[in-house]
Amino acid sequence: MRVRRLAAWTALPLAVTLGLAACGSGGDGGSGGSDSSVVSIQIAEPKHLVPTNTTETSGSQVLAGLFSPLVDYDAQNKPYEVAAQSITSSDNKVWTIKLKDGFTFHNGEKVTSEDYINAWNYGAYAPNGQDSNFFFEKIAGYADLQGKAPKAKEMSGLKKVDDLTFTATLSEPYIDFKTTLGYNAFYPMPDAAFSAPGVLKDSYEQAPIGQGPFKMKGAWQHDSKIDVERYDAYPGEKPKVKNIEFRIYQQLTAAYADVLADNLDVLPTIPTESLSTAPSDLGDRYRTSPMSSFQFLAFPTFDKDYSSPDVRKAISMAIDRDEITKSVFKGSQTSARSFVSPVLPGYRENTAGKAGEFNPTEAKKLYQAAGGPSKIVISYNGDGGHKDWVDATVNQLKANLGVDAVGSAEPKFADLLTKVEKKTPVGAFRMGWVMDYPTMEDYLGPLYSTNGSSNYYGYSNPEFDKLVKEGSAAKTQDEAIAKYQQAEDILAKDMPVIPLRFGENVFGHSSKVKNVEMDLFQRVNLVKIEAAS
Amino acid sequence: MFRYILRRLLQMVLAFFGTTLIVYALTFAGQGDPIQALAGERPVTPAQRAYLTEKYNLDQTGVGGFFYRYFDYVKDLLQGNLGESLTGRSIGDILQQAWPVTVRLALIALAVAIIFGVTAGVLAGIRRASIFDNSTLVLTLLVLGIPTIVLAPLAQYFLGVKWQLFPPTAGSDPTFYALLLPGIVLGSLSLATALRLTRASVAENLRADYVRTARSKGLVKRRIVIVHVLRNSLIPVVTFLGVELGNLMSGAIITEGVFNIPGVGFNLFRGIRTEDGPLVVGIVSVLVVVYLVSNLVVDVLYAVLDPRIRYE
Repeated sequence: MRVRRLAAWTALPLAVTLGLAACGSGGDGGSGGSDSSVVSIQIAEPKHLVPTNTTETSGSQVLAGLFSPLVDYDAQNKPYEVAAQSITSSDNKVWTIKLKDGFTFHNGEKVTSEDYINAWNYGAYAPNGQDSNFFFEKIAGYADLQGKAPKAKEMSGLKKVDDLTFTATLSEPYIDFKTTLGYNAFYPMPDAAFSAPGVLKDSYEQAPIGQGPFKMKGAWQHDSKIDVERYDAYPGEKPKVKNIEFRIYQQLTAAYADVLADNLDVLPTIPTESLSTAPSDLGDRYRTSPMSSFQFLAFPTFDKDYSSPDVRKAISMAIDRDEITKSVFKGSQTSARSFVSPVLPGYRENTAGKAGEFNPTEAKKLYQAAGGPSKIVISYNGDGGHKDWVDATVNQLKANLGVDAVGSAEPKFADLLTKVEKKTPVGAFRMGWVMDYPTMEDYLGPLYSTNGSSNYYGYSNPEFDKLVKEGSAAKTQDEAIAKYQQAEDILAKDMPVIPLRFGENVFGHSSKVKNVEMDLFQRVNLVKIEAAS
Repeated sequence: MFRYILRRLLQMVLAFFGTTLIVYALTFAGQGDPIQALAGERPVTPAQRAYLTEKYNLDQTGVGGFFYRYFDYVKDLLQGNLGESLTGRSIGDILQQAWPVTVRLALIALAVAIIFGVTAGVLAGIRRASIFDNSTLVLTLLVLGIPTIVLAPLAQYFLGVKWQLFPPTAGSDPTFYALLLPGIVLGSLSLATALRLTRASVAENLRADYVRTARSKGLVKRRIVIVHVLRNSLIPVVTFLGVELGNLMSGAIITEGVFNIPGVGFNLFRGIRTEDGPLVVGIVSVLVVVYLVSNLVVDVLYAVLDPRIRYE
């Protein structure tokens, strides 16, 4: 009996401690009852909220509210000035950037040219480990900030002229420099962000101070939400809503259920699982708009099985793109027959020519004549929802080319890339690309030029490289686009990759909001959105 | 008794370090390229790669590198520092936020399992072969047969979206009401098991000698069932529920994802998906402690329920 009671006394506190730990927190404020003027937008947990360290959509969505870019893009995707008064250059090498007067940071600091220079230098300085580091590579003096112990802390190309003017000297002429300035890496950061010159405060990221239409309301609540409210001293176009809550979801399906129940206002990406039911679930609140993503099939051009352009062209002709976009993607993506996205100035339809047309008989003839391999493997990452279309493609290849074809899943994209880099034979593999700024160069450079950052397939054509280079050094936009188009024609001849699909924003919203618009970067337009009365 | 508990606590220390070593080894052995995984499908610049490699000692490869990093980790752990995740957040902070909501969810699930499971189990055990017994049998079979990954979205769709009885998701700082649906979904599996266990155990004990003695003494049936039978029947159920508490906390990955509850399972899932080794190890280390403590509580509770069990 004695032992029993003792045991009870011991067990009880243990159990109570566990229980109390459970009740201890959690009860601060009711988040359930939302104020009617708050518009909620789904995001994933951003990795970072420092302008020069944010490259993924969720972080860039939040920053788009907190900051105002130097330039934004009009309906034709040409840049126009927002925070800048003018961005000019006579030789495309020395760019003079004049800022609009009247912009202030949310802490009251006036925005000056130094705030831009400091932020850009911070981003370019390699030891800071910023994700967007490479965006500054065109600016003169960038190389001195690289490596483990860089020679300099500031890029020699950036010079302050007066409080509202600075110049950016590039290492070589670059026609699209103005266009690139719309990217979030080029936002300014206030003095308050730095604890010492070139040293960012750790706390800055938790509540970034910007100069945009919205300011932080409280700090970033990790895994939960980020609240922002309208910044009344913002001199540009005023947003229609007062408060925005960026609500963090781990799974899109959960967010989708919330949109259906009017519990969440905007879901920028409808989950693949719900694509077939979404149009009927949401009615006219199911929306699509152009976006820049580009899906393609890459070939290890160093592998002799795939080294002949004719083999690649034959495979391309054996794929019925329209059928796949219709049956697998339910029309949420469109067939691609060019090498750059349709949202770009300079895009032409069907640059792949005959190789982009579905023509099984011709494909089989060409494939056999070129001596294509008897077995085609398509590798993909198993975590990205690619299985369905890869299986469909493989079946088409089997039927149309009379070869054996299989899809092979790698656990993650990183595993796939590692294998490709080691030149392990993986067969053809899937790749995707989303632009950083709307120029053809942002596709042609990284994807197809010899030293392109995403050219994992070893494609190299000196003539192509030369044309892209000439294009970016051109005097006028038209001249540049002409050069880029010539370069694209070379791709059609060499067919280093097979274009498959262009993406679209497929989004949905609740019945409580209207005027929901999304841009090419998968971001909701925060200034236009309105509460439905 | 105290000596027993002390001994168990000392064993726990050993078990803790053993398991963290294994978990640490497994996590980092299965890791491909965490830096690329962090960047997703974007190319990683050499500057970024060099920065992260140095920050997380990823350049120390091989067995030596492994122990170097492990001892580094344990050293920090002993100072109460769980380290930083690959996105630069303190894992201590992440857990501090994730833990309370998961514990609340697990306790709701456990309460659901105890209140409904044990009660229905006792009733079914007393009235064996009745309509109630048979229908619970069918129902529990059904629940045991449906995996959470199906049950959770179904419950969310019908109860949350279609009929709007519950909020479809709970969020980070949920009310009790918002957690109720996920709690029921999470607890339904344990509920079914607890029900079956209680039923079998009650049915068996009803035929025991001491029950016949009690009956022949003229005790009322209610007293026999509640005081004598139930207490003896609870031993297997308590064992099960104790272990289940740990399972509920770690195993809520699916439920927490479906109902968007940023708890431990939610973070664990993210850690695994993004190959965030430090985060996974940090969470699992804490889960190990939860398992060890809940097992100890179960063992001590045995002695409360059954006086024949003594610990020295």
